[in-house]
Amino acid sequence: MDTKELSVENIQKTVRSACEAHGYEREAIIPVLLEVNRTLGYLPTPALVEVGRHLRTPVSQVFSVASFYYLLTVEPRGKHVIQMCESAPCHVMGGRQLYRAIIDTLGIEPGRTTPDGKWTFILTSCLGTCGVGPVVQIDDDLYGNLTPAKLKPLLARYTNGGE
Amino acid sequence: MSIIRSLVLVSADPYSLQRGSMEVFETIRQELHRRELADEVEVRLARDLGRHDIAPMVIVYPEAVVYGPVMPEDVPFLIEEHLYKGRIAPGLQVPVREISGRIAWVTARKGTLPAQQPILLSRAGKIDPENIEDYLIHDGYLALGKALTGKTPDEVIDEIKKSGLQGRGGAGFPTGLKWGFVRRAEGDKKYVICNADESEPGTFKDRVLLEGDPHAIIEAMTIAGYAVGADEGYIYIRGEYRLAQERFGIALDQARAYGFLGKDIFGSGFKFDIHMHSGAGAYICGEETALIESIEGKRGEPRPRPPYPTTNGLWGAPTLVNNVETLANVPHILRNGWQWYHRFGTPNSAGTKLYTILGNVNTTGVIEVPMGITLREVISIYAGGMKDGARFKLAQTGGSSGSIVPSSLQDTPMDFESFRKAGVSLGSGALLICDENTCVIDLARVLLNFFRKESCGKCAPCRVGTQRAYFILTRISEGIGRFEDLATLETLYKGLYQLSNCGLGNTAGVPLQGILTHYRAEVEAHIRNKVCPTGICSMSGALVAAEPVFH
Ligand SMILES: Cc1cc2nc3c(=O)[nH]c(=O)nc-3n(C[C@H](O)[C@H](O)[C@H](O)COP(=O)(O)O)c2cc1C
Ligand code: FES
Repeated sequence: MDTKELSVENIQKTVRSACEAHGYEREAIIPVLLEVNRTLGYLPTPALVEVGRHLRTPVSQVFSVASFYYLLTVEPRGKHVIQMCESAPCHVMGGRQLYRAIIDTLGIEPGRTTPDGKWTFILTSCLGTCGVGPVVQIDDDLYGNLTPAKLKPLLARYTNGGE
Repeated sequence: MSIIRSLVLVSADPYSLQRGSMEVFETIRQELHRRELADEVEVRLARDLGRHDIAPMVIVYPEAVVYGPVMPEDVPFLIEEHLYKGRIAPGLQVPVREISGRIAWVTARKGTLPAQQPILLSRAGKIDPENIEDYLIHDGYLALGKALTGKTPDEVIDEIKKSGLQGRGGAGFPTGLKWGFVRRAEGDKKYVICNADESEPGTFKDRVLLEGDPHAIIEAMTIAGYAVGADEGYIYIRGEYRLAQERFGIALDQARAYGFLGKDIFGSGFKFDIHMHSGAGAYICGEETALIESIEGKRGEPRPRPPYPTTNGLWGAPTLVNNVETLANVPHILRNGWQWYHRFGTPNSAGTKLYTILGNVNTTGVIEVPMGITLREVISIYAGGMKDGARFKLAQTGGSSGSIVPSSLQDTPMDFESFRKAGVSLGSGALLICDENTCVIDLARVLLNFFRKESCGKCAPCRVGTQRAYFILTRISEGIGRFEDLATLETLYKGLYQLSNCGLGNTAGVPLQGILTHYRAEVEAHIRNKVCPTGICSMSGALVAAEPVFH
């Protein structure tokens, strides 16, 4: 998701349509934030302010919710996000080796974005597909039974495909 | 739905295979078919039964009779005698004095039936989950009709109480009792919540139920609403489960269109509707009070308990919180009666249980078996044996809050009662099977890493204790652990258990206790000899800065 797309109007429009879909009550805050996050790629500060205004909730409280949940993020991310499951089942089925391979291939530690803005690498807990561990999720796609050897061609599919 | 009455195991270790066990297996299948017994008798290949001199072996449950060696030409006689006439086939049984040593566990299991028994999974994968008609022709909404038109709420609760159903969300709390609490709680407005935040690592049984049979959960929640006196329900589905949310949404629309939700359901005057709420990625929101906070639009920080949700739940009203799998049992119990339910499982833990099998085994996946099956049975019958013929070392049950179950407990029946007595817990039904190449320090470190990241940070014992334990384990895995560390880990375990605000902190130390109790020598080797016996830990001597916790 390119940050330059995030004009003020764009943010306002996104927040408004999310509120229309989920309501203007305080309890709508998580569905609204989820939807805004999904549309914009992350939650920039102006979006949090906008959500607070619509739901008549202090921005501090909006931020406290936004910073609590893993599916909500207040920092911009790379064009593609690779999430690796670090829970025990995946770990014992080869997650350890995969972890090193991702770091070596992308050249970044977990939680960081590559300097060219192409990849963000995130560790996550169980993705619920442990039968085929180790598992990674790239954007919305899940990949199981992954080995270090299969990693590079897989990543190349995203960067070369012109997506 | 057919009820399995016998299970036939055919040994399939390399030695048995060589001596024709596949042929025996095929002949048994044909013979059962011919006698029209195929629906009630399950046949399976089993690895690692433990004895080779009497191969190929055939074992028949629930009598737990061991036959061997069995040749294909013996099969018709064996089936005729044992499964048709119901008596032991003379001449083929292994003499009692030979059933010793490595095969003795079989006869010790007399009277149990470790066969797959699909009740909750009887529809998942077989019907179209997006088509309510398909659910209806498979007995769908019959139980709801029966409850609303033929039973009072108290009679429904009584039925659930007598069935002995216990909560499948981890704690094993008697479901009927909880329903009774909510029914008797004061207040005009009550809620029913289905906890579908399944985030225990290694657990995906609820996802299978929601994706494969969503109407069953709607039916169960509506019955629960009628029983406790609620007119509104919420289902809190984990944010990552997009497909489950989609299918559940479709099912809700269909149920409303057909009048199974809404006003005056089945002409009984009872009204009920369900809202779907998506989680946003937080393990702690599976804890019932954190889940309630999250539905109210707040950070998912657990409330102090008591008061319990049964009296002060969602928006302060009495609230019933049940796990997906718990609820999935309800329509079956009401349709078939509580006596029927007691045909499965053990006297103290009735019914079946879904397990997810994972780890160093040949077959992974979900199984539904009666309560009281043992780990050894799961591994040799359903997991296809250990991968690469390795030895079983330990199992980690129930995701992260489960226990470390050492191989010495592999013959302990897995039901709430027996596990409690053995000092371990069943948790949410994940069985992570680990072989001898698993390092317990490494495993505990991964588990503690999970807790330190998922701790909501509200109470200090949990927030600080999990971090401390993680750093100490990391230090040990780097080969720079000290002997005092073991005492500190013990203190941390006790502190976490006694002082934490909620179940996350209470159970976060369980892996520490597990490895210190069962694998102390291996832990000490890391410290005393600076050696990781399995060669997993780096022992590099340098404490690498821990990676940042990223949100
Ligand atoms: C940290 C923590 C996480 C939990 N996660 C879940 C979960 O993902 N799903 C669930 O059904 N119960 C979970 N529980 C248990 C719930 O608090 C609650 O006991 C359960 O939903 C009650 O349902 P039951 O009686 O049907 O088991 C969790 C508990 C704790 C302490
Ligand atoms: S443990 Fe990795 S997906 Fe479940």
